[in-house]
Amino acid sequence: MYTASDLRKGLRVKIDNEPYIITEFNFVKPGKGQALYRTKLKNMITGSQFERSFRSVDTFESADLREKKMQYLYKEGDKYCFMDNENYEQVYLTEAQVDDAKNFMTDNIEVEILLFEDRPIGISLPNFVELIVTEAEPWAKGDTAAGSTKPVKVQTGYTILVPTFVTEGEKIRIDTRTGEYLTRVKG
Amino acid sequence: MSEFHLDDNLNLARKSQVLQERAKLIQSIRLFFIHYGFFEIETPLRIPSPAPEEHIEAITSDNWFLQTSPELCMKRLLAAGYQRIFQISKCFRAAERGDKHLPEFTMLEWYTIGFDYHQLMDQCQALLIAALKNMGHNQDIVWQNKKINLVSPWERITVADAFLKYAPVTMEEALVQGMFDEIMVDHVEPRLGINRPTFIYDYPAKLAALAKTKMNDPTVAERFELYIGGLELANGFSELTDADEQRYRFEEALKTRAVKNWTPYTIPEKFLQALQTMPPCAGIALGIDRLVMILTNAANIDDVVAFTPEML
Repeated sequence: MYTASDLRKGLRVKIDNEPYIITEFNFVKPGKGQALYRTKLKNMITGSQFERSFRSVDTFESADLREKKMQYLYKEGDKYCFMDNENYEQVYLTEAQVDDAKNFMTDNIEVEILLFEDRPIGISLPNFVELIVTEAEPWAKGDTAAGSTKPVKVQTGYTILVPTFVTEGEKIRIDTRTGEYLTRVKG
Repeated sequence: MSEFHLDDNLNLARKSQVLQERAKLIQSIRLFFIHYGFFEIETPLRIPSPAPEEHIEAITSDNWFLQTSPELCMKRLLAAGYQRIFQISKCFRAAERGDKHLPEFTMLEWYTIGFDYHQLMDQCQALLIAALKNMGHNQDIVWQNKKINLVSPWERITVADAFLKYAPVTMEEALVQGMFDEIMVDHVEPRLGINRPTFIYDYPAKLAALAKTKMNDPTVAERFELYIGGLELANGFSELTDADEQRYRFEEALKTRAVKNWTPYTIPEKFLQALQTMPPCAGIALGIDRLVMILTNAANIDDVVAFTPEML
């Protein structure tokens, strides 16, 4: 149980039976008035945001959130299917819940599924993934301008800017947090 | 020397210019008060019982308390015949921490015998214009992209009018809904002192524990606040001199504090006794740290003190 004075940025609380993360926080107190805790909250299921002020008497339950390692199996319609490697149970996330992570998910990749009271609501990927370039313009010799890049497509269908020397069939390492190319992977 | 200490030194060295402005401000304020015949006094920081106020919580110190304001002792001096007194001291308030709040902060507090709150607003304006001029701020100051003109007549608006002008409900409605503070913070405060400093005055009597109520309207207290750029800087009022009324208000505040399970205070008896001989006067508290924020264009109160609690 939290009170309003425990609130801070990043804290995850349960309000009206839904998990929220505090994305902005400030303490205010009008002259001779009561302490108010102004927050911006983001619903961790729907992503919707709103602002709300709390008073020092307000209390909160912590949101029962945990992450569990699972394996990505396949996509069916707009559902993504994952398997819990411990008990072989399968869980599903929607396209919106998977969001940008879909750009970096290959079959059987191990991910962390965020569970709210045992209900899957989100996904986090390893910080780095290695993907194969499936479509790229051939590298023209002489096109050596330092820092020049070109767009290529990787096996998930994601388009990414890479240095011009990267060719089709090569494996590249990508930072999933920024979605940017890091390096070419040999072998 | 550890890396941490190097970071600390760098951080403190970066603050040097702001801290110089801070020192200059405090010196300029002293010059003003000395020029006008004020007596600089010192009162104890550790006291047995703070003024019981509903929303201010003191920090305990070996069964006593650290002062939340120097008000009680200063008023005892007024009762003893001191005419014009000022003090620059540390005040302490429990659980107040934010980008405009420090649990230990610096307060300028002064009193003038024979003044009411409107005369005090004039005096406050004169002090700030003189002190800022002494520091080289003659006309405009820019704080967080807001240009504030110091020379034009400062705005005076009642709390009720400010609600009519800026809030979705009237002051009375806000009080009935129990939403006065929220509406003040969300709708009114951000609009105060935008082009020029604003005095907002005539607060609901319930929100002024030590202020005199208006002769013709006991629901309103002769209390004001100064805002610059939406930032609250000072709180002043015509002082309540009725000891019985003051005792009644303290007892009420103690009851609401008990409901919230806050630290029990005792009634400050020596103060109430002194109040019986305190002449009519007006007094004001001004946050030095916040004024330095305005003068140095700082968004965060941490930027205007050498050490925050987290740095210790």
